[in-house]
Amino acid sequence: MTTLRSQGIPDAEHAVHLLRQMLRVRRLEEKCIELYSAAKIRGFLHVYIGEEAVAAGVMEALEPEDAVVATYREHGHALLRGVSAGAILAEMYGHAEGCCRGRGGSMHLFDAATRFYGGNAIVVSGLPLAVGLALADRMAGRQRVTVCFFGEGAVAEGEFHESMNLAALWQLPVLFCCENNLYAMGTALGRSESQTDIALKADGYEISAWAVDGMDVLAVEEAARRAVDAVRSGGGPHFLELRTYRFRAHSMFDPELYREKSEVTRWMERDPISLLRAAMQAAGQLPEKDWAALQADVDAEISTAVGFAENGTPEPVSELSRFVYSDRPDDASAGGGGPEERGTTAGKGGAAG
Amino acid sequence: MKTTYREAMRAALRDAMKRDERVFLMGEDVGRYGGSFAVSLGLLEEFGPDRIRDTPLSESGFVGAGIGAALGGMRPVVEIMTVNFSLLALDQIINNAATLLHMSGGQFNVPIVIRMTTGAGRQLGAQHSHSLEGWYAHIPGLRILAPATLADARGMLWTALQDPDPVLIFEHGSLYNVAGELDDDAGAVDIDKATLLREGDAITLITYGGTLPLVLEAAEQLDGEGIDADVIDLRTLRPLDAHTIMDSVARTHRAVVVDEGWRSGSISAEIAARICEQAFFDLDAPVERVCSLEVPVPYAKHLEQAALPSVERVMAAARRAVGAGG
Ligand SMILES: Cc1ncc(C[n+]2csc(CCOP(=O)(O)OP(=O)(O)O)c2C)c(N)n1
Repeated sequence: MTTLRSQGIPDAEHAVHLLRQMLRVRRLEEKCIELYSAAKIRGFLHVYIGEEAVAAGVMEALEPEDAVVATYREHGHALLRGVSAGAILAEMYGHAEGCCRGRGGSMHLFDAATRFYGGNAIVVSGLPLAVGLALADRMAGRQRVTVCFFGEGAVAEGEFHESMNLAALWQLPVLFCCENNLYAMGTALGRSESQTDIALKADGYEISAWAVDGMDVLAVEEAARRAVDAVRSGGGPHFLELRTYRFRAHSMFDPELYREKSEVTRWMERDPISLLRAAMQAAGQLPEKDWAALQADVDAEISTAVGFAENGTPEPVSELSRFVYSDRPDDASAGGGGPEERGTTAGKGGAAG
Repeated sequence: MKTTYREAMRAALRDAMKRDERVFLMGEDVGRYGGSFAVSLGLLEEFGPDRIRDTPLSESGFVGAGIGAALGGMRPVVEIMTVNFSLLALDQIINNAATLLHMSGGQFNVPIVIRMTTGAGRQLGAQHSHSLEGWYAHIPGLRILAPATLADARGMLWTALQDPDPVLIFEHGSLYNVAGELDDDAGAVDIDKATLLREGDAITLITYGGTLPLVLEAAEQLDGEGIDADVIDLRTLRPLDAHTIMDSVARTHRAVVVDEGWRSGSISAEIAARICEQAFFDLDAPVERVCSLEVPVPYAKHLEQAALPSVERVMAAARRAVGAGG
């Protein structure tokens, strides 16, 4: 396993960028917890705190035309893929300005402009979709990559194995990123898998797979670039097992009875943000005033986003039955049962931005 | 032109593949084997393995891949051998295909077509005899088609492929060998409206898919008894074309719904409820239903036949409705 220290720090500008990306996710989610506690946002809320290096590192390797599929713990993936913090928060407020016009919520963020395909609340369910997105690219002869994030809990599901097999069988341009944070809700990996080496499972499907220190953003970025390049140049599916840890509970409802505080504390010593920051300081790259300015910058972004969400407008109930079926030019004459069955034609034309 | 339901289906696939290069067929044994019901026989040679794509036994995996391919701009036709195996893909069909457009606030269409065989009557035992199309018709976001005629077998696929939303096509296993005349220039058909296949004024017989032939035969025999029936082929189970049903009931004042699904919670329950909601004062008799008996479909021929809707049961229900005894 490589570490930040052994690897050396890249140029200062890039290092600051990575630090900023991780900090943006951290601050956004700290705000989410606050807003949740204030009952401004509801539903299931799963934060990514501690795992930021994974999304931050992998996103660096992607091009705008690539696709990203994620799970319900996806605020960070959405943000770093380019969905604005405002659109993410407005979504959690159930506002029309949200990235899914209030129909998705925390677990179902989507964004066509950045090819962000969720936001999936069913463990493993995004893997077949990623395989299909990659299949479409393959059939159309496009050099795009689809990246699919999922937790280690997903590897016990059948769709994981079906997807590995299909992707390898058809040599599809997909990168599987398993975020191994050691727990599926309260179930530790060793209590759910007979074989706990996840990269080895992918290997069993003839997929190039390797494990990476998921707390080390530089190691993640390097591995992701190598994997994405290989996928893009026709090397077939690749697999990264990103060894990471969530510092917070599984969700806002989790009393966290299943793990020792000392374990959490131990992992927090490898906080990916602190780790990079310390390495940069040691290399003389991050004077205290720059760090302060960076924090102020990120805080400003998040507070603007909160303002945007707060001042948004609730998606009108009159729009409730839109997007069950697509708006069609001849919808009014389409046979069937009216608004109970077909989307109403109200407000036709304006899909979410 | 003389053709069969199977050949009409194949012609529809061939036509779609030729018209739009984004269309491809994917499923278990659709290629080398020729399709477990021989629908795609010969298409592999014509279109190659990329577009007539054999899959492993991974219903959820390849249905999900179809959904992903649809999101990625393709027009996949995914074949699931039979409806019972579709249960392994429910996650993808119901949690993904049906929800993505809505959850994404209108950003992501899923223009997939999923075809599967449905129905009983061939002594295949309980696990190969389900009629679950009415169940799928419960799900907002899906469109459910049940082609019963040669024209629909030939024409529904192309229309379904034009639909920006997920469409499930249920082909009754006993229909594949049905032969008859089809117009040489038969092509795409409307998938929004039910059709009135036979006109009468005494009673409305409502059905779809595999039970249509027996309902038509029942109507023929009832005619001989002086009971002249409207026969409605629903064609699309979701969204339901309630207008055609209510128009007919307004004329005949009586209805029998024939459905191979089990009675409890079936599409026939939905139709009966709608008639009560929308045409109650037109009715001169309670709505009758002829459904499968509430048992897993048995293997033995006489038991299986006793469990399924039959011409006799349809006729008896119609006679009861018109007060003609029986
Ligand atoms: C198919 C399925 N079963 C159960 C659940 C309930 N559930 C939600 S999150 C979760 C744990 C998933 O753990 P993992 O995949 O490791 O991801 P993590 O939450 O650690 O990021 C479970 C069991 C679910 N969402 N989907």
